[in-house]
Amino acid sequence: MSIPYAELLGLSVEPGEVAPTLVMPFADAVLGRPGFLHGGAIGGLLEMAAVAALHQALESEGGGKVKPINLTLDYMRGGRDKPTRARGTVTRLGKRVANVEAVAWQDEPDRPIAAARMNYLIVR
Amino acid sequence: MSDSATPAAPGFDPRWFFQLRKQGGGGHGGRLGLGYRGHGADWCELDLPYAADLIGDPDSGVLASGPILATMDMAASVSVWLKAGGFRNHATLDLRIDYLRPARVGQTVIGRGECYRLTRSIAFVRGQAHDGDPADPIAHVAGTFMAVEGYW
Repeated sequence: MSIPYAELLGLSVEPGEVAPTLVMPFADAVLGRPGFLHGGAIGGLLEMAAVAALHQALESEGGGKVKPINLTLDYMRGGRDKPTRARGTVTRLGKRVANVEAVAWQDEPDRPIAAARMNYLIVR
Repeated sequence: MSDSATPAAPGFDPRWFFQLRKQGGGGHGGRLGLGYRGHGADWCELDLPYAADLIGDPDSGVLASGPILATMDMAASVSVWLKAGGFRNHATLDLRIDYLRPARVGQTVIGRGECYRLTRSIAFVRGQAHDGDPADPIAHVAGTFMAVEGYW
């Protein structure tokens, strides 16, 4: 990834048919209180996963730039000393606005550590 | 009765907290370059200096929204400790952020978090971020924290 902030988080990409999965390693750069991920880093990962899903969905329509409008984040579990994965789902792709959900998990995808809903403005 | 001045309640000193952290590993806040700016009885202000490695859009040089989110989460968290009168183990339950406009390239982002209501186990927070003019904010947040062992 050539986005400086994604590099700061240490993100790597696992391609997916509908949306890629982003992987964030556990490292001091994303540490909050000792032994746990920082909530801001988890939020940043979820945002990057949402944008990646949106870009993939937009590709088939000729692409476009996206601007974040807002984000609602639920934290469900503390992030522990292991890799964290996140994937976005575009729930609606309109002309001007996209609604995207994203979840982050560590061991099993159906036991998320955090989830987010986001609205994006699309500039085509 | 002694008339010697009693020491102030231990409370929570964010200035000390951030200074101490700079000497240690630093974690995510340290990596972002988050610094202390000011505080009151129920609020805290932090700053996030503009840096090339926080850019989210290489074409424009605009900061990613993630570091702003992290700044607000941290400023809000500290505001809770200030209102509670000391450090407590707690976790963010939810955080809602409105991105009002992009931050200006090269400007330091200033995040102010306020704990406007504290119950035994839940803290309610709100805050704003700006890049120089508090009357022209770049983001607005509302959220809740939870202390497993209670705030009092």
